[in-house]
Amino acid sequence: MKALLPFLAVVFLVLLVIAGVKAAGLYFIFGVLVPYAAAAAFLLGFVYRVVKWGKTPVPFHIPTTCGQQKSLSWIKPNGIENPSGTGGVVIRMLLEVLLFRSLFKNRKTKMKGEYLVYGWAPWLWLAGMAFHWSFLLIVIRHLRFFFQSVPAAVQSLEHLDSILNWGVPALYITDVIFLVAVTYLFLRRVTLSQMKAISLPADFFPLFLLLGIGTSGVLMRYQTRVDVVGVKELVMGLVSLHPSVVSGIGTIFYVHLFLISALFAYFPWSKLVHAGGVFLSPTRNLSNNSRVARHVNPWSYPVKVHTYEEYEDDFREKMKMAGVPVERE
Amino acid sequence: MAKEPIKEELLQSISYKAPKTFWMDTPAQIKPGMFCWGAKAKSLNVVGMPNARDWNPLDEDWKLPENWQEILIEGLRERLDKYRSLRLFLDICVRCGACADKCHFYIGTGDPKNMPVVRGELMRSIYRKYFTTPGKVFGKLAGARELDLQVLKEWWTYFFQCTECRRCSVFCPYGIDHAEITIAGRELLNLLGLNIEWIQGPVSNCYMKGNHLGLEPQTIVSNVEFMVDDIETLTGIRINPTFNRKGAEILFVTPSGDLFADPGTYTCMGYLMLFHELGLDYTWSTYASEGGNFGFFTSNEMAKRLNSKIYAEAKRLGVKWILGGECGHMWRLVHQYMDTWNGPAGFLEVPKSPITGTVFDNAKSTKMTHIIEFTADLIKHGKLKLDPSRNDHLKVTFHDSCNTARGMGVFEEPRHVLKNICRNFYEMPRETIKEQTFCCGSGSGLNAGEDMELRLRGGLARANAVKYVHDKHGVNMLANICAIDRASLTTSMNYWVPGVTVAGVHELVANALVMTGEKKRETDLRGEPLPAPEDQTSVSARAVAQPEGEKAGGEANV
Repeated sequence: MKALLPFLAVVFLVLLVIAGVKAAGLYFIFGVLVPYAAAAAFLLGFVYRVVKWGKTPVPFHIPTTCGQQKSLSWIKPNGIENPSGTGGVVIRMLLEVLLFRSLFKNRKTKMKGEYLVYGWAPWLWLAGMAFHWSFLLIVIRHLRFFFQSVPAAVQSLEHLDSILNWGVPALYITDVIFLVAVTYLFLRRVTLSQMKAISLPADFFPLFLLLGIGTSGVLMRYQTRVDVVGVKELVMGLVSLHPSVVSGIGTIFYVHLFLISALFAYFPWSKLVHAGGVFLSPTRNLSNNSRVARHVNPWSYPVKVHTYEEYEDDFREKMKMAGVPVERE
Repeated sequence: MAKEPIKEELLQSISYKAPKTFWMDTPAQIKPGMFCWGAKAKSLNVVGMPNARDWNPLDEDWKLPENWQEILIEGLRERLDKYRSLRLFLDICVRCGACADKCHFYIGTGDPKNMPVVRGELMRSIYRKYFTTPGKVFGKLAGARELDLQVLKEWWTYFFQCTECRRCSVFCPYGIDHAEITIAGRELLNLLGLNIEWIQGPVSNCYMKGNHLGLEPQTIVSNVEFMVDDIETLTGIRINPTFNRKGAEILFVTPSGDLFADPGTYTCMGYLMLFHELGLDYTWSTYASEGGNFGFFTSNEMAKRLNSKIYAEAKRLGVKWILGGECGHMWRLVHQYMDTWNGPAGFLEVPKSPITGTVFDNAKSTKMTHIIEFTADLIKHGKLKLDPSRNDHLKVTFHDSCNTARGMGVFEEPRHVLKNICRNFYEMPRETIKEQTFCCGSGSGLNAGEDMELRLRGGLARANAVKYVHDKHGVNMLANICAIDRASLTTSMNYWVPGVTVAGVHELVANALVMTGEKKRETDLRGEPLPAPEDQTSVSARAVAQPEGEKAGGEANV
């Protein structure tokens, strides 16, 4: 059920765009209006989320320390897992964002005979890395549609990506990695007991969207050819803010574009905002220097305390009997 | 105290296969042995907490205020605006599942709601319903749900089945720390008077009397006197500690558990012997007689109110700096919160060891140094005369406390000390120490008697790693630097790994410490006979006590 509804939702989106374009000929809506609306929703939404987090104070200094602290001069501190300065924090964040370092530490807990054992479990990390990086490279490849003359870097990437030289047109390695990784991320949610227990419809919806985007893209390149010149004309029109309806591109392209639009529009209102949030995580982006420099809580307020004077009033005689010095006899 | 479950039955009851019904459709069960009694009216009243009344968690009626939902939602709104951690962690979890099997309560219960991710979802589902558009529009489809009495009882059950140990946050790709969720959850529950008595009692004690145990000044003095007598019997040396003494150089603050019951009292004797031998100019305080802070398990404000005594007393007595004893959550708070709450402590000086001259620059602002940093520095400079053979009857392993590990990074200091005071030291498996250490199972105020099954289940992961080195190397001593560990691991070891005892590092320091003018020691601090010289040579071929100056922190064998 948790997977079925999101699946049907994506199927519905596909049917909607096919009906809209093929039957009703709503090229302007699906080729121009929807992409613009999605881009606007994405930008505004994402900025709103990040600003909202950014404006929320960090009252306390709470890094998770995963290595030796900087204390005595002769003990070697772990400057990355337990950074004492900004440099270490930057490296820690880069490793986190680029290489998913924390996730790499993942182990699987099992009872083996009498002992709990912690087995090597790199698959989630590997699939996560494969998905995010191949997605990024695919997006970069798509920049060829956004520039009149294709940048050299994009051309080199395309060349590298198709270096296996399999088939005509040559297979992109990233296409395969992307689809395999997303499929794995889906399968683990429906097969692993713990994952079944925690997954929500909101975990499946973006996976189906990504699968839809990937599949339509792959079909366009290797199967149902579309008018690439027309695609470029359309995209350039959108990018240069002089949108025009281009006819005869092929319906599958509109499916691809519509699902991408859906992903963009959905992004800021979903768990996908982790992309921005990870940078603001106070357990990762603070250095462990809270005894060296005072951290200020902007909303700190005075609190009611039980003063020493009140305490002495309560216990003066007992203190004197026990030989504990007092302020007032 | 609840009846102890049978070990085999407990182990067999743990299954990591999730039940068929979705967690949201499974109401929480409040089961004897798995929960703590509710806070009493009188304990709540002492510190002016709302909705003070006597109540029983097993009753249907929790005697809640009429508008409790509104109080909770408004309370959540306020905290979302105050804590970036809370808002962010509620927003960005992708439920990747990396944290799921990292929690000691999940490992010991197999209950899906003890997966950190689901503990977060308990609150996230309410957050979605009342604070996000998709949640308001799509409801359950978007993972949102109404806040009803069943949800409230679920919150209460599971936010008191988390020890805020932060192990989940080590493995989370976004650093989501479910301690932050639990902390907020408990604060919200406290708006309705839903604390547990095991926390609220110590909080009210600490507020009025200066320490969790409610020890009055004369009791503190006499308890220390008892220890002084024991030390005299052991060493022939009479120690004269001072209390509330103005003009001392150093204020010493430690958790009150060290003053009260063994094995904490042995650790305390260790402090007394060490300070005497050094001739340290220090004083105890009966007013600031608590390092720990159960207020932190209640609300941020309560924690600040209790913590204020440390700086206030340091200022009143006119000391130069503060030395802190062995404690876990106390040190997370000293390290990450105290200066922010009650600083700046401009009236103090940067801590400087009067023995070695070392300036503790890492405490430049807070002006408080951990005793393990202090002692490691002494040993490094060769200022202590040590006879590690007096610990030859012990095969020692070290338990990193959650808070000093993941909230500070104190890893090599205690290991340096241990390797110089005992000759048989073995590390537990790498996945269970340092930043990956497991909670004792009873932290964050859950070390009561009535929740014994919960504690034993929560303690399984730590105990199992001890069992490994016990079986493999004959380890019989679990050293640590935390007062709650000393009490709770003793219970856990008796149950899971009989034959292993528990001690604070400074108890073992005092065993090895050769004091000026002492008589020949016949026993260790516990009155156990010291190993005879011939035993000492045969104890172990694998002595790892490192000579002075050698690189600290080398991994021992695992």
